[in-house]
Amino acid sequence: MGKKIKFIQGNEVVVEAALYAGLDFYAGYPITPSTEIAEHMSVRLPKIGGKFIQMEDELASLCAIIGASLTGHKVMTATSGPGFSLMQESLGYAIMAEIPCVIVNVQRGGPSTGLPTSVAQGDVGQALWGTHGDHAIVAMTASNHQDMFSVTVDAFNIAETYRTPVILLFDEVVGHMRERIFMPEPGEIPLMERLRTSIKEGIDYHPYLPREDGRLPMSDFGGVHRYNVTGLAHDMWGFPSNNPKVVHGLLRHLIDKINNNANQLLRYKEYYLEDARTVLISYGASARSALHVVESRRRRRGERIGLLELQTLWPFPFSIVRQKCANAKYVVVVEMNMGQLLQPVRMAIDPPEKVYLANRIDGVFITPTDIRSVLRLIQGKGM
Amino acid sequence: MERCRLVFSGSGGQGVITAAIVLAEAAVIHEGLISVQAQSYGPEARGGATRSDVIISDSEIYFPKVNQPNVLVCLTQEAYNKFYTIIRPGGLLITDTRFVKTVEKVDARQRELPMYETVMEKIGKPIVFNILMLGALISLTEAVRPESVMKVIETRIPPAFLEMNRKSLQMGVDLGREFRS
Repeated sequence: MGKKIKFIQGNEVVVEAALYAGLDFYAGYPITPSTEIAEHMSVRLPKIGGKFIQMEDELASLCAIIGASLTGHKVMTATSGPGFSLMQESLGYAIMAEIPCVIVNVQRGGPSTGLPTSVAQGDVGQALWGTHGDHAIVAMTASNHQDMFSVTVDAFNIAETYRTPVILLFDEVVGHMRERIFMPEPGEIPLMERLRTSIKEGIDYHPYLPREDGRLPMSDFGGVHRYNVTGLAHDMWGFPSNNPKVVHGLLRHLIDKINNNANQLLRYKEYYLEDARTVLISYGASARSALHVVESRRRRRGERIGLLELQTLWPFPFSIVRQKCANAKYVVVVEMNMGQLLQPVRMAIDPPEKVYLANRIDGVFITPTDIRSVLRLIQGKGM
Repeated sequence: MERCRLVFSGSGGQGVITAAIVLAEAAVIHEGLISVQAQSYGPEARGGATRSDVIISDSEIYFPKVNQPNVLVCLTQEAYNKFYTIIRPGGLLITDTRFVKTVEKVDARQRELPMYETVMEKIGKPIVFNILMLGALISLTEAVRPESVMKVIETRIPPAFLEMNRKSLQMGVDLGREFRS
């Protein structure tokens, strides 16, 4: 093997992965259960010549990284539900102005300040529709440290490729848990660097004029080109426009660049789906409990049960979910909320009546026993 | 090696979570085992019931929390009252004589160790109480070797405090040995 093994918290994995991806600017306001991200970042970043700023609040944190990103830096902030709520306004700005950035939300119990030290997955819907206006978003998650690392690196790559904010929806359990990780070597995971314009100084640069492949080359703000950035609907120069054709084109571009590339953005893992009659669909920490149930039921009683673990939550992978559950008799969504991913799963599956929910919303990590109770009910074997 | 499921419980500030991390890290880094450490705590910085779960195994661990520990450590009365019933039948319950009065016989090996007393008498500083406890625990369970634990401590503790930690760990190992049976 020869690889470097570490035994660290999930939050620290996120820091290591962000640095691996080339992050050199972080602004944030520490909040449980994401605090260790800011803590480790404040130690690690200055040592490699990056900048760490502790901001006055979460509104400022996201604004700071948006500005830094425009000047050419790879950026991230981390928070939890209450801070993520405060970020919704500038999240919309980053979507509209097409600013590459990564926003980590280590979820805790809500609404409001809720349960600071307890686990939940209640911000899944918010990640998609928390900010106003028609838009598309990329939100990803993972259930173990090795995957947290690669998903985080992916988030940076996607942010750069599509000029978009990417949301990492982790949770208190994976954030605080410690387990083994083999640290990837430099070069092992490909990195996407900033696409910069080749247009020279003194020649007109159109910041919002897509190339043929749909990508928008950037010019470091404050560098050789002067251009406008705004949250208003804008034309290819970045200046406000209410011309219906321009506005229509802009909105379609913002949504299509994500939704039309859903296959490139899709990350998932599957366990025993070839023969599964019962398919569990889960993500984040909940997927660990689901996998525990799958492994033990297959081993102990040879039950044909499998797991589809989603790592990309938005854009929602309708076709994969439909395809993977085609032969299933029962589909059970395992999550720690009242069914925020259950809804799109039901939209994907025909008939939707075969989709059930195994959940927990009391701040306690969903256990294999919780999932088994639901399975017993729907499989008709009584309690 | 058989799976070992441990729950460490006490009050915030006693070093319960640190001890759990050191044990799990020793298992992973120095013994080539698989281990997961999880924790739950209240919003308080100090005080309040603290709990940390460690699973040590030779195969993948999915569910990272412990429902029925083989080994349960309780360092406060509050922690004991809250958790003593979750121990797996035939498991090992370790309590500290100074902080915990055991009220009921459980279906487990109960070891009431004078850990706090020993650390105060021989070192005089409660700061290494958790390390002495860890020494006693690994001596009673043989979960990992003391050398592995010491190697982890060396990477986490300023050099000036190493000797104190080494002594405490050894005192814990010796104390645990007296209570083996």
